[in-house]
Amino acid sequence: MLDAKIPAGHISEKWSNAKFETKLVAPQNRRKFEIIVVGTGLAGASAAATLGEMGYNVKVFCFQDSPRRAHSIAAQGGINAAKNYKNDGDSVFRLFYDTIKGGDYRAREANVYRLAEISVQIIDQCVAQGVPFAREYGGLLDNRSFGGAQVARTFYARGQTGQQLLLGAYQALSRQIEAGTVKMYPRTEMLDLVVENGRAVGIITRDLVTGEIQRHAGHAVVLATGGYGNVFYLSTNAKGSNVTAAWRAHKKGAYFANPCFTQIHPTCIPVSGDYQSKLTLMSESLRNDGRIWVPKNPNDTRPPNQIPEEERDYYLERMYPSFANLVPRDVASRAAKRMVDAGYGVGPLKNGVYLDFKTAIERLGRSVIEQRYGNLFDMYENIAGENPYEVPMRIYPAVHYTMGGLWVDYNLMSNLPGLFVLGEANFSDHGANRLGASALMQGLADGYFILPTTIAGDLAPQLNTPVPSTDSPAFREAEEAVREQINRFLTIKGSRSVDSFHRELGKLMWDYCGMARNADGLKHARQRIAELREEFWKDVKVLGEGESLNQSLEKAGRVADFFELAELMCQDALHREESCGGHFREEYQTPDGEAQRDDEHFAYVAAWEYCGPGKDAKLHKEDLVFEYVHPTQRSYK
Amino acid sequence: MSTLNLTLKVWRQAGPNDPGRFEVYEAKGINEDMSFLEMLDVVNERLIAENKEPIAFDHDCREGICGSCGMVINGVPHGPKKLTTTCQLHMRNFKDGDTIVVEPWRATAFPVIKDLVVDRSAFDKIIQAGGYITAPTGAARDANSILIPKQIADQAFDAAACIGCGACVAACPNGAAQLFTAAKISHLNLLPQGQPERWSRTVAMVDTMEEYFGSCTNYAECEAVCPKGISIEFIAKMNRDYLKAKFKDRRAVVKVDTTEAAG
Repeated sequence: MLDAKIPAGHISEKWSNAKFETKLVAPQNRRKFEIIVVGTGLAGASAAATLGEMGYNVKVFCFQDSPRRAHSIAAQGGINAAKNYKNDGDSVFRLFYDTIKGGDYRAREANVYRLAEISVQIIDQCVAQGVPFAREYGGLLDNRSFGGAQVARTFYARGQTGQQLLLGAYQALSRQIEAGTVKMYPRTEMLDLVVENGRAVGIITRDLVTGEIQRHAGHAVVLATGGYGNVFYLSTNAKGSNVTAAWRAHKKGAYFANPCFTQIHPTCIPVSGDYQSKLTLMSESLRNDGRIWVPKNPNDTRPPNQIPEEERDYYLERMYPSFANLVPRDVASRAAKRMVDAGYGVGPLKNGVYLDFKTAIERLGRSVIEQRYGNLFDMYENIAGENPYEVPMRIYPAVHYTMGGLWVDYNLMSNLPGLFVLGEANFSDHGANRLGASALMQGLADGYFILPTTIAGDLAPQLNTPVPSTDSPAFREAEEAVREQINRFLTIKGSRSVDSFHRELGKLMWDYCGMARNADGLKHARQRIAELREEFWKDVKVLGEGESLNQSLEKAGRVADFFELAELMCQDALHREESCGGHFREEYQTPDGEAQRDDEHFAYVAAWEYCGPGKDAKLHKEDLVFEYVHPTQRSYK
Repeated sequence: MSTLNLTLKVWRQAGPNDPGRFEVYEAKGINEDMSFLEMLDVVNERLIAENKEPIAFDHDCREGICGSCGMVINGVPHGPKKLTTTCQLHMRNFKDGDTIVVEPWRATAFPVIKDLVVDRSAFDKIIQAGGYITAPTGAARDANSILIPKQIADQAFDAAACIGCGACVAACPNGAAQLFTAAKISHLNLLPQGQPERWSRTVAMVDTMEEYFGSCTNYAECEAVCPKGISIEFIAKMNRDYLKAKFKDRRAVVKVDTTEAAG
């Protein structure tokens, strides 16, 4: 049984207690510590900036050409905070409650409460940095609602909230780079974690421009490397988003928790052809004003505007009257899938549903809609070639976020001492389904406020211990393994491109481990993935050399890890014989088709230990205890 | 849905020291719903099949927000469509039979790394010089205790929308980075939170900019290609602040201009 190290006391006092009980590192001693941070999204950049401000020596790595480009930048809709500025009954407890319920009772209560508690400080912090949140005419901050909530607690900066928050963190990071507390390594990819005597002591990296392999040691290693949605090939993630850092840490002993918990976002632009390279999200905030519908007649070929009201099925409003178009993401996604599977899909490939703004435009006027969502409408028109002010958008669910990730305790430390994991890369706060506008909140809570406090508890006992030597056998072996893998890719000289393998893997995952799963499909997928993985290692074609910029080589390493992860995801999905949140097992559903949880047998975190290539991973459990929110059948009706 | 047959002339350069050259590729059967980068993906898959190294280009989010992608398409940074990044440019903007010339950003401050990939780290240097508000984590007061009129917040946002792609520099005959720098300076200098460091920020950022980039001579080519529609009015704002910072007692000016910015 895993120990989550949850502090004692009432839930509202746990974080205060933890802060008091955690050992401190005095300001004058902080410069004696080296901390490695991998990733510069919201979690990584905010952590690195804050650690730098506190006086630690920090090294930060990102694969992009600048830390400002991490994929947090693409988050559109907003960030939740329990400010209750709207006086609509919000509170820390309600945000905590909504998040636990939204996560279908598969998240750890203590972490989620802390997240809700810190949410209010995040907004203060970001405003102080100059993040230009939307304002009302009186100069106060504006809010909007998001799925899974009946209050307006989402702060936003037009449809570019992630961009503005990330730039805030990036600017804070830039200040520390200039101050010399943080050293930045852009275009550098982490390719292995170095573990010595059971402790994380450093990383092996590759300079993506020169191909140079480097060793970096630290007193602690912090991974803030994002999610693994690109295992599906098509997702809303950036093309470069990958699981490599987290996966290689997993292979070095870090447990991977709930890997099958994947979020399928309901409002994305449908696939238009087999050349498709990624899917584009249309912010969930659109569901505040857009109404989702399909024609009642599945063979209706009329353009949407010519279909009269009485021949439209606003199915979310019909099935879930109290939350209507604002049901949580998993619920909205499955409903869309059901409609399309039953033949009601719209568009040339009959693979979407309508998201219609006609009523809202009539009620509020076009200019209000333009102000709220202008950039999203433009983006839609660019991609789909249709004007959403006049024609309803066509949308369909797509892979968006992964709730699973490396297992961490309350202090955000993995089971490997010295290895901390933040943001989407860890598993901790969203259970089996994440609510909209909560990823930004979690990334910044982890990076600005939680890690900088909890890491001291791990560092303090190491005071005056030198940085681990990079000449140790552990570093040498890790570096050799990295070099060996690169050479292997370059010498296979097979016949298929990396992308062709990745696409095929993604299709398998979408078909069998996507929005709905069943035991037969998962077993079949595992077998096919293993076969395809073997083929990959025999037949992949990577041209060029390792000593310069080689994007095929970069992708090959990432896809190799996606293969192994995919097998683990199927294993996890197969073992979890219940439906919860984004994990929908067709065998386990209520009579009206909702997810049927099994709290008696599955109210635990499944943390998997790597046992070698092609072998089943070993299950470790962390039981989830609900003291403050009693699990019930989720209902949004 | 129609398909296009295109001829591509693409800049290939093995590394920073390679002189580089154009290569011609036939891109047949291109679906008009593809993005420009998806078209390049298709070309790259075909090159790999012929054992030729694929064209290297920077890209990441493919949603027009990360600022990674950018190439000069038929002489125009990000191509023919206004207010659009390369990744959001779709092939329906081209005609069957077109020849498309694809080059990297051309600017002294952005050396080519490989093919269409350039080094834009000089942008990061400008931000490091002062493109921030000093607000160490934990010291902030309640967010709503700072009132910011909607017009000011909106204007600050317009400036803050910059994605740092570098098209402005690539379009400028002088390779100047005024639009990029002015966008960040204006974002921060407009806000009440940005006032204490307003003058030092402006001087530090402008001076750093001038170390790396050319001079602005008001061609306004930058504004024309900016995928986020950042206005050159921000450059005027920056120039005004720079002059004020250079010629006035900074502390005295802070006091006056706080009210100016807030009102």
